[in-house]
Amino acid sequence: MTTVKSTALPPFQRLFDEHAQAVLTFLVGAVGASEAEDCFQETMLSALRAYPRLGDASNLRGWLFTIARRKAIDAHRGRARRPMPVADPDPGPTFDALPDIDEGVWDHVRSLPSKQRKAVVLRFAGDRSYPEIAAAMSTTQDSARQSVHEGLKKLRRELR
Amino acid sequence: MTVNHALTDRFLERAEARGLVDVAVATMDSPIGTLLLMATPKGLVRIAFESENRDEVFGEVAERLSPRILDAPRRLDPVLRELDRYFGGKLRDFDVPLDWSLTGAFARKVLRRTARIPYGSVASYGEVAVGVGTPRGYRAVGNALGSNPIPVVVPCHRVVRTGGAIGGYGGGLPRKRWLLDLEAG
Repeated sequence: MTTVKSTALPPFQRLFDEHAQAVLTFLVGAVGASEAEDCFQETMLSALRAYPRLGDASNLRGWLFTIARRKAIDAHRGRARRPMPVADPDPGPTFDALPDIDEGVWDHVRSLPSKQRKAVVLRFAGDRSYPEIAAAMSTTQDSARQSVHEGLKKLRRELR
Repeated sequence: MTVNHALTDRFLERAEARGLVDVAVATMDSPIGTLLLMATPKGLVRIAFESENRDEVFGEVAERLSPRILDAPRRLDPVLRELDRYFGGKLRDFDVPLDWSLTGAFARKVLRRTARIPYGSVASYGEVAVGVGTPRGYRAVGNALGSNPIPVVVPCHRVVRTGGAIGGYGGGLPRKRWLLDLEAG
């Protein structure tokens, strides 16, 4: 039983009800459908464990997403150490570069238009190849490249 | 909008297995309205009537116990079973473990004394005051009963005014009357 005084934190159930779907959707984009559930469970359990010590209830959604993002990074590191089940035709940049990026970038990524957001998340958080991104978004490779390109352009403008 | 049930169930299972559900919540339909039930690993800690403000009920529990509050009805199954039988007139004494964490020392003394009033009988505020060793403290006794976090199971409804008047009740007088009628048979 934890008896830490907290400043009006809502019951954890309410966080779960309000944000679980968005966290899961983010994770499906970030790590792929097959690993999303494990990441989701770890995210929610970590959050539940830390919840009573959370001093600030003002941005619970942002706090949950920060945890989800870390779990997604962990999942990618774990995967990098495992042999790939199939040969990847376009491995692209590795996900290990991500922790060097300012975390705040992802807040901007989330506010991109839907198509660009999905493509950027799949490319850089999901480390997916363009054929995979095209398949995931039911579009062509050229269009997937275009969405990533436009998303990055917009991010560069915003972050300058 | 929420994720599918299987995913939610697996989360709850793991949270329970890791001891992370400090307060389990369930609701129950009863003849005196929907009851909100909460239990810690120690036992039943709170029963709220639908007339109580839910945000306030949760807020108090989150602040005084823990905000790790989850819908985990299974932990409350034994409570639900006993309440069901009680409302059906088939159970006279509750046997589920109680958690007194929401109650101060004096109120706890008063409520424990109240729990000894037999099914179907009543006692006056003055008698309970005498029972806890503060014969002049019947007003404090009234306050302690009013703050009962586990009504029905801790039968504060069995305390009435001397002379037969029904007295007060946190859940409203119709509920108190209903409970006393049920126990009168």
